Amino acid sequence: MRRSTHLALGTIAALCTGGVAVPATAAWEPVRPVEFIVPAGTGGGADQMARTIQGIVTKHSLMKQPLVVINKSGGAGGEGFLDVKGSGGNPHKIIITLSNLFTTPLATGIPFSWKDLTPVAMLALDEFVLWVNADKPYKTAKEYIDAVKAAPAGSIKMGGTGSKQEDQIITVAVEKAVGTKFTYIPYKGGGEVAVQLVGNHVDSTVNNPIEAVAQWRGGKLRPLCVFDAKPMAYDEPIADGKAWKDVPTCKSAGLDMEYLMLRGIFMAPRATKDQVEYYVELFKKIRATPEWQDFMKSGAFNTTFLTGAEYAKWVEAEDKRHQALMKEAGFLAPSN
Amino acid sequence: MEELVNLFHGFAVALQPYNIMLMVIGIVLGVIIGVLPGLGGANGVAILLPLTFSMSPTSAIIMLSCIYWGALFGGAITSILFNIPGEPWSVATTFDGYPMAQQGKAGEALTAAFTSSFVGALFAVVMITLVAPLVASFALQFGPAEKFAVYFLAFCSFVGLSKEPPFKTIAAMMIGFALAAVGLDSITGQLRLTFGVTHLLNGFDFLIAVIGLFGIGEILLTMEEGLAFRGGKAKINLRVVLQTWKELPKYWMTSLRSCFIGCWMGITPAGATPASFMSYGIAKRMAKNGKNFGKGEIEGVVAPETAAHAAGTAALLPMLSLGVPGSPTAAVLLGGLLIWGLQPGPMLFVEQKEFVWGLIASMYLGNIVGLLVVLTCVPIFAAILRVPFSIIAPLILVLCAIGAYSVHSSTFDVMLMLVFGVIGYLLKKCNYPLAPLVLAIVLGDKAEEAFRQSLLGSQGSFGIFLSNPLVSTIMILGLIALFWSVIQEGYTRLRATVAGPGSRAA
Repeated sequence: MRRSTHLALGTIAALCTGGVAVPATAAWEPVRPVEFIVPAGTGGGADQMARTIQGIVTKHSLMKQPLVVINKSGGAGGEGFLDVKGSGGNPHKIIITLSNLFTTPLATGIPFSWKDLTPVAMLALDEFVLWVNADKPYKTAKEYIDAVKAAPAGSIKMGGTGSKQEDQIITVAVEKAVGTKFTYIPYKGGGEVAVQLVGNHVDSTVNNPIEAVAQWRGGKLRPLCVFDAKPMAYDEPIADGKAWKDVPTCKSAGLDMEYLMLRGIFMAPRATKDQVEYYVELFKKIRATPEWQDFMKSGAFNTTFLTGAEYAKWVEAEDKRHQALMKEAGFLAPSN
Repeated sequence: MEELVNLFHGFAVALQPYNIMLMVIGIVLGVIIGVLPGLGGANGVAILLPLTFSMSPTSAIIMLSCIYWGALFGGAITSILFNIPGEPWSVATTFDGYPMAQQGKAGEALTAAFTSSFVGALFAVVMITLVAPLVASFALQFGPAEKFAVYFLAFCSFVGLSKEPPFKTIAAMMIGFALAAVGLDSITGQLRLTFGVTHLLNGFDFLIAVIGLFGIGEILLTMEEGLAFRGGKAKINLRVVLQTWKELPKYWMTSLRSCFIGCWMGITPAGATPASFMSYGIAKRMAKNGKNFGKGEIEGVVAPETAAHAAGTAALLPMLSLGVPGSPTAAVLLGGLLIWGLQPGPMLFVEQKEFVWGLIASMYLGNIVGLLVVLTCVPIFAAILRVPFSIIAPLILVLCAIGAYSVHSSTFDVMLMLVFGVIGYLLKKCNYPLAPLVLAIVLGDKAEEAFRQSLLGSQGSFGIFLSNPLVSTIMILGLIALFWSVIQEGYTRLRATVAGPGSRAA
């Protein structure tokens, strides 16, 4: 009896994710369910994006075969990347990446690199914003920097997601620009970091917009500056009549650091041109849906879309940059 | 007053026939998910999340949260019948639930478990309705030091209140800590104890350990003892439900205490698992027939189930008002909220009233519907034990293997589960308690993380664990729990000395 109920459940899930077919333009098409690997835990930024994509594919029937999201978060995502690396020639497996594509092999020595995978497309870039508690007196990045400089080294606590990953890389860059030391406290997830800031357990954070926007709207947190070359594009007011657009760049406040996190798609090694083309077309269709655009707006994403050689070039440059940043910060694993 | 008006509006939304239908579907799917060990609420909700994208957010959350309730109810079923906890917080339910099933009282145990779940959840929902804003601000006071204090309390109440020899308890707990340390060290970002083995990157997942230690270990024991289930004579009619209900009000004190422990642990980020263990540990010490705990005492089922569900329900509140998920399942639900365009956080209660109160109303109704569904199935579940062991054992093995596999879709985990099965068998044969080991695997890395985060923040000073009234109180409670037996013995002696030798004869 047990087994049949399990089968029934599986069938329901398969039926509902399967959906109705739409004629595809590419020559190659998946012939079995496609695994969509998330090299991070459930509920995080990459997971949310993957599940949104899954939802869009289902709702608009963009694929004939189901798209199944699988979390492989072990070893800071190394588990997921090794899985895809070891699935050479399997076109039914794609992976969404975050910065751990670069940081995990460097910090842990887990043997993989982006060169082992087949680049498909950059979907978006995630912004990083410097946040403080709204009760704090500093209203601008400059006032914050002055306060940090005046405090004894190590007394200001910076909270962030993970260790030797993007948040801590930015923290080190801020330290260098300001000429002081923070105490960096790593947490498991971005939402937790934002709440620790609301509760005044840390003094500042570099949360992604989507992780902290709710607290900003609730008047609990204040964004000081964004680690990007230009302000974010979204002009819809969020709190106190201010929009994402009104958050100045950190560079303009004297913090010369730009950092954006890749939200991109890769395939297993040895994918053919037709197969890559199929997924590029699929993601073009996904990007055109209103759900995707709402999602981009809610997280104030930078919506740059790159494919092919351009994408590979961007990834290569970013890989070099991470090597330099990680080396400078002393984050490299002994084996590297 | 305004809250009550909103709540009744919420009931109106939740009581639409379409939503009631979703509730029943959700509960049934949830129970199935809960019964399959390893599939778990988080995976189940994640698999079914895409189903809900075409619904309105309110209908979708009603269905998904009913899956969540269903999974909470379902977790108790395999714990009691086969000693296989489907969810972390069901582990404590096995301690007395399984012995009851072996004595032919599966129906009673299931009824007690389901009813207690309902009571715990209901208590927590009432609390959410009444004091939602207060709760959110209380949760904000929890930094790393406070979190560590809560874990500390959970561990201490288990060591101090346990009747097993303390050294065996501590030895088992230390094995658990060592297993919990495998994988990525989240504070330094480096790998620990993986010896270059890719499969160990993820560490030892609690569920695989539990399925092996309890499920496979139990099958090995049963095989040794003659290949038969001892629960075959379980009564299988609905009258057993009513009879058990008559008995349950006796344990109102345990229930109430467990409700409070559960709510409190649910609001703090500690969650349902430590709540169930703590509640069991305290009930064991406080109950009149505490000595019989572990041998099939119905109170030993009531305490952990009530606390786990109070905590599981209360944990949804920080998720809605702060945007921080209290459990992996809550994390997936949170992802769902974002996909439907809702932003959890302080403004949700202001801007999305219909949604929030629809959800709270569905917590009331979902639990009532859930209770009815599972209680009517009690005889069916109990009847499973009548199936001969030679048929059911292979089925359990298959179920365990599927469960272990589905945690990370990895065959290595299935092997690991078998290894844990042998370890579980050996530990039981040597009379080492399994529960502290499991507790340490579940909470070990979280406690370590909170401890190190605290010390990072205080620049290495242990003073942070006594730095404010909240954290000091919890730490001191923990120490009292740890040395409870010593304190009690000292108190008895002191009284004897004060009263003088003359009164001893009396």
